[in-house]
Amino acid sequence: MEWLIGRLDWSYLPSDPVTIGAAIGMPLVLLFILGAITYFKKWKYLWTEWITTTDAKKIGTMYAIVAIVMLLRGGADALMLRAATAVGGPGGTKLFDADTFQQVFTAHGTIMIFFVAMGLMFALFNWAVPLMIGARDVAFPFLNSMSFWLFFAGMILINTSLIFGGFSNGGWLGYPPLTELQYNPGPGVDYWLWSLQIAGIGSLLSGVNFFATIVKCRAKGMTFMKMPIFVWSVFVTTVLIMISFPMLTASLGLLGLDRLAGMHFFTSDAGGNPMMYINLIWAWGHPEVYILVMPAFGIFSEVVATFSRKRLFGYKTMVWALMAIMFFSFIVWQHHFFTMGAGANVNAFFGIMTMVIAIPTGVKLFNWLFTMYRGRIKFSVPMVWFMCFAVTFTIGGVTGVLLSIPAIDFQVHNTMFLVAHFHNVIIGGVVFGYLAGLVYWFPKIFGFRLHEALGRWAAYCWMVGFMLAFMPLYALGFMGAVRRLDHYDDPAWIPFFVVSAVGVVVIGIGMGLLVLQLAYSIWKRKTLIDKTGDPWNGRTLEWSVPSPAPHYNFAIDPVVSRIDEWWYRKQEGVEAPKDGDYKAIVLPKNSPLGFLIGMAALVLGMALIWHIWWLVVVAFVGIVVLAIIRSMDDFTEHVIPASEVMRMDKEARA
Amino acid sequence: MNEAELTAHKHDKAQLGFWAYLMTDCMLFASLFATYMILRNNTNGGPAAHELFSLGFILVSTIILLTSSYMCGLANLALHHNRRKEFVVYLGATMLLGAAFLGLELYEFGHMIAEGHGPDASAFLSAFFTLVGLHGAHIAIGLLWAGVLVWALYRQGSNFDIKRKFGLFAIYWHFLDVVWIFIFTIVYAMGVAL
Repeated sequence: MEWLIGRLDWSYLPSDPVTIGAAIGMPLVLLFILGAITYFKKWKYLWTEWITTTDAKKIGTMYAIVAIVMLLRGGADALMLRAATAVGGPGGTKLFDADTFQQVFTAHGTIMIFFVAMGLMFALFNWAVPLMIGARDVAFPFLNSMSFWLFFAGMILINTSLIFGGFSNGGWLGYPPLTELQYNPGPGVDYWLWSLQIAGIGSLLSGVNFFATIVKCRAKGMTFMKMPIFVWSVFVTTVLIMISFPMLTASLGLLGLDRLAGMHFFTSDAGGNPMMYINLIWAWGHPEVYILVMPAFGIFSEVVATFSRKRLFGYKTMVWALMAIMFFSFIVWQHHFFTMGAGANVNAFFGIMTMVIAIPTGVKLFNWLFTMYRGRIKFSVPMVWFMCFAVTFTIGGVTGVLLSIPAIDFQVHNTMFLVAHFHNVIIGGVVFGYLAGLVYWFPKIFGFRLHEALGRWAAYCWMVGFMLAFMPLYALGFMGAVRRLDHYDDPAWIPFFVVSAVGVVVIGIGMGLLVLQLAYSIWKRKTLIDKTGDPWNGRTLEWSVPSPAPHYNFAIDPVVSRIDEWWYRKQEGVEAPKDGDYKAIVLPKNSPLGFLIGMAALVLGMALIWHIWWLVVVAFVGIVVLAIIRSMDDFTEHVIPASEVMRMDKEARA
Repeated sequence: MNEAELTAHKHDKAQLGFWAYLMTDCMLFASLFATYMILRNNTNGGPAAHELFSLGFILVSTIILLTSSYMCGLANLALHHNRRKEFVVYLGATMLLGAAFLGLELYEFGHMIAEGHGPDASAFLSAFFTLVGLHGAHIAIGLLWAGVLVWALYRQGSNFDIKRKFGLFAIYWHFLDVVWIFIFTIVYAMGVAL
């Protein structure tokens, strides 16, 4: 039987009550959704409009949906962790066993970074970048669809582990030798490994795609120095992705070879060197945090300028600051393990480089403040997120500079202080930024705004909850509480952990309000409708088309002559297009192959996790064959005639 | 944009996208080179590089691979002068030499594994097999790609946009040559010398 089903076995079904609950609940929810789709006869719609789509805006929406669902999953994990530490003090109770606790923090970190932050990031790239540069779509629409389905396959893998086999207990970066076969023979680490490998390759291809899009598909007249800052931030991010993600592929690949082929890259015997893995993965991991945060900087640059009714202060310094951060982010990775023992000089170099990054980041913050100075500021929801960000991110930046001093780092390495720091920059920077971006571009994609008051209350809950949840962790770090701890003996820590748990609950309420805001806005979409296509009195090209943006984006190719083209054009008076201006449009055709390749990758991942070798071969050959079929097809586009474009455009503008 | 402009633009995008992809591939190889450099002396009491490699053998496979690349260049020239028959002959030579190179590599690997110096014997051998093997896997993919090109050309004839598609293959094939030069220097030459 083993040749047929590998190491699949009933003993891998979950045994503790928390996991059993999730393992029964998740398939039920899935069955309910599939049943609803069948009942409402939506399969064909789903297939033609979404699964096979090559339209960047729709792909972006799918990324957003996956990311928001995963945010709830990762949030539930966070709640479990802080609940366990709130009651895990001396004389307390144990909510669940240590191994489950380890799986939960690993899942929390992995899901939040790879499937929430990266998901929201690609959602916003897809929504905004083509529209902002005046393009019809991305450079390679099919590749875009394939990237999404690879991301989706990774997401399915990571969630399957909950139902069958358990997840990794090795932390979100899976440090060896703990994650080697010797200490972790089960499928948990393999779930983590292949989920990230598949999703990571999707992200890498997306990086290449958006790089080519920005270089090759800009509107006529839009030189690099006339691009919106968000596009600049995406450009810099794609360069980071292209340089760093191959290192993730390599680190995971080598660990996979250790586990599958008995090699000795990172084992503790036969000459393996675990620190090599830690260097490699942080050489990816540090650029990765800038990959996440730079688009957030870009979003805030758009938001602050739009809601202050002013041109962004210091456009050129913004660009140079992005470039500087891009460069420095590659020469700081060793600050994640100053305690490795590389010596004083090496630590000093990496410490100083880390401090230097604070300078361009500070430049950006001052640019935003100066943009607001004497502006007619409208405190709409995205702007509220910016205010929350400006405070939180600054605190996070300051504690980051503190950590960059090796002598201090030795004291607080791997303590709750570190946990507080990186949540401070990731929640305060990345999450606030992306949530602002979702509210900002939502009307452009769906044609109606999100409810204002609910959005504002969500932001307040996130902000207050964040402070409650993480400020105590800084104190705990100084008191000696190490991270990834499920129980402790010091009664002085109890109040801090309890306050922190309360904070997570408040953030949970903030998440609930976000979902409520979405649901309520969909219900009230008639009153929240955006008729003008320009609900915020925007400055960049995406606001020049009707909302929701038509699938061809621009009926007439825009021409650009300055930064904030749309703002100035509005002041000069926008003329309605003449009938003769319309030309035929070429658009990519839908294709099921991206979806099929993603599904084949999912099967490949499953086969590798469970050691079903024949299925590995079948799935791999399947991917190759599908790729060849795609490369044979030279007719991947269709044409909309000029008269049809004119009809659709007039209808959309009516 | 008219049709010719659109095709040119498509070509332009594909060219840039493919170069960008190759740079990511470069980073993948760079990671493996770094790993190899760190682990190359961790022989776990087994044989070191200078006891395993024979420069003469590697020189032969290097010359075969470089000649394959040269044939690929000639094929590209023939294509641009619209000499289709010549093109097919040169492409055939490219593939044949590539396959010969891959055969020699597999022979080397098989020989080492049979002697008990497989990838699971030491960190050094893990790094060696993975780095050289990844290059070999790229060669195998290249052969498959060239095969598909020939098949499509045979099937679709002059409708097939061979110039554009072969151009990308040619960049890929030359790129693998460059990587091999580094492998030859760092793995084999330095391994035997130091």
